[in-house]
Amino acid sequence: MATDAPPPSKTERHFPSTEEFVEVQQSAEFGELRRAHRSFAFPLTVGFIAWYLLYVLLSNYAGGFMGTKLVGHINVAFALGIAQFVTTFLIAWWYARYSAAKLDPKGEAIKSRMEGGA
Amino acid sequence: MSPVQQSVLAAGEAGEHRPLIISLFAVFVVATLGITVWAGRQTKSAADFYAGGRQFSAFQNGLAVSGDYMSAASFLGIAGAIALFGYDGFLYSIGFLVAWLVALLLVAEPLRNSGRYTMGDVLAYRMRQRPVRTAAGTSTIVVSIFYLLAQMAGAGVLVSLLLGITSDAGKVAIVALVGILMIVYVSIGGMKGTTWVQMVKAVLLISGTILITFLVLLKFNFNISDLLGTAAERSGKGDAFLEPGLQYGATGTSKLDFISLGIALVLGTAGLPHILIRFYTVPTAQAARKSVIWAIGIIGGFYLMTIALGFGAAALIDQKEITDSNPSGNTAAPLLALHIGGVDSAWGAVLLATISAVAFATILAVVAGLTLASSSSFAHDIYANVIRKGQATDKEEMKAARWATVFIGIVSIALGALARDLNVAGLVALAFAVAASANLPTILYSLFWKRFTTQGALWSIYGGLIVAVGLVLFSPVVSGDPKAMFPGVDFHWFPLKNPGIISIPFGFLMGWLGTVLSKEEPDTGKYAELEVRSLTGTGAH
Repeated sequence: MATDAPPPSKTERHFPSTEEFVEVQQSAEFGELRRAHRSFAFPLTVGFIAWYLLYVLLSNYAGGFMGTKLVGHINVAFALGIAQFVTTFLIAWWYARYSAAKLDPKGEAIKSRMEGGA
Repeated sequence: MSPVQQSVLAAGEAGEHRPLIISLFAVFVVATLGITVWAGRQTKSAADFYAGGRQFSAFQNGLAVSGDYMSAASFLGIAGAIALFGYDGFLYSIGFLVAWLVALLLVAEPLRNSGRYTMGDVLAYRMRQRPVRTAAGTSTIVVSIFYLLAQMAGAGVLVSLLLGITSDAGKVAIVALVGILMIVYVSIGGMKGTTWVQMVKAVLLISGTILITFLVLLKFNFNISDLLGTAAERSGKGDAFLEPGLQYGATGTSKLDFISLGIALVLGTAGLPHILIRFYTVPTAQAARKSVIWAIGIIGGFYLMTIALGFGAAALIDQKEITDSNPSGNTAAPLLALHIGGVDSAWGAVLLATISAVAFATILAVVAGLTLASSSSFAHDIYANVIRKGQATDKEEMKAARWATVFIGIVSIALGALARDLNVAGLVALAFAVAASANLPTILYSLFWKRFTTQGALWSIYGGLIVAVGLVLFSPVVSGDPKAMFPGVDFHWFPLKNPGIISIPFGFLMGWLGTVLSKEEPDTGKYAELEVRSLTGTGAH
């Protein structure tokens, strides 16, 4: 079976002690990784859920607006539904880019140092 | 129980082509059994059985995740909901897709990094093992059984449409056949076999849907506006068919139901155990992320095509024919295949047979995934860690998993007979509500809240679970409605069909309350381990 990355070799890895984990958790380097993840993922989650709920609420309570025809039989409700698809695809793509650039290098560095047994 | 629905089709056109339909079913069953036996030979360790050896690629897993996710609800249920209620049915497609972002941004990677085989691994990571694993195992099994119920309902409906079996005994026999197949798939093939079955199914489902979508659009010269317009006209409801509100807009209560459903859909996915364990089948968190991205692409593409399936069915088939065949519209997609090919033509029959076989494959693959999730959780969380206190060997654990598979198979066969007349997508939405109420709060608190304690975890799992299931029990889904599971009695007092709007906030509230009221100190060392591990993959299995 093809894999994207070679599997981590189980034999040479060092499983760090709790003390090492605590030390890393409190390090500035890890703090930066945590901030990089949370400052991206949390607001974005709030954002897309709010956008989705807005859509649900409009469907419920703004029937007239949602029924407004744009082109032919395509109305605002339909267009907003499609827009939900588009934003979902865009956010997924954006997160993939962001995490590869900003999160993976930081995480990898910490991991290889810890498992190297330093 | 319910009036016998004499399907127009079953008696007529489909009848002549029954041998073709049965042959296609048989080909799929034989092929997947072959895969299962092959995978079973390679399943030696517990990591093979539970996680398919963790060697699938991101694309393979993305395909399998899609195959695991796009269930009878997506294919039969959504097409039916759109065909009958127009725009309101489309909410399912949107909610089911947007929900993936929660899994992508917050859950998939940390889970892959910090767990081993089950959702319970992550929930119990820094907690007292036995109580939290018991709770996680319980909620995994409850969510999976709700979901199974929907798939079984779909299987019963499909088969009665195609094979003209309308007697209760005949339907039970079919549900039993599906149950037995799933027991065989899972107990022999484990995660490896299940994953391959799901990949094959995903390819079949996507190809079948592309074919029907293409044919529908061809009929309307690729003019979507025309398709929508014809659907609106033929539905007899005019423009209202294309606007929100046909199903949920009647009263203030039904509008609340719509919101409740919407919340359950968007928050449920990231708490579905059978989806979560799929992330253990890839080697790294990066691969888990890529598999979610693939899944979003594949699933999103599929849900876009539900527009053509649902509105296509409404545009090309009389409403009465759809509801005569199944009151909740569950057979709209196969009926559409027949009509698009031509009701009296061989081509129509071939399309009907193909789409039905695809739907059957869809159900079998999802059922296998659900069974695997619940038997894994029983064997790994409850048997190995609670009953045997972590002393069970790999062999004993796998044996327990195989027995659990048989047991869950029997339970779902028994329950499957109950839910035939409910819309399959509506039933799955209940599983989403339970998952979002019991599992999601606990997962998020565990991963991101330092102070979270064992008591908080237990309160949120059991609180969310009991309220969600309790409200369903006393809702119109179970009694007091002609389409209810028990239409003859009425003990409902909760007005909404979906409990999410109450039970999801309740699950979050209980997790918080249980934590602030508990006397125990959170295990800060273990949290450091979990947090560093979940973000970096240090020490991941």
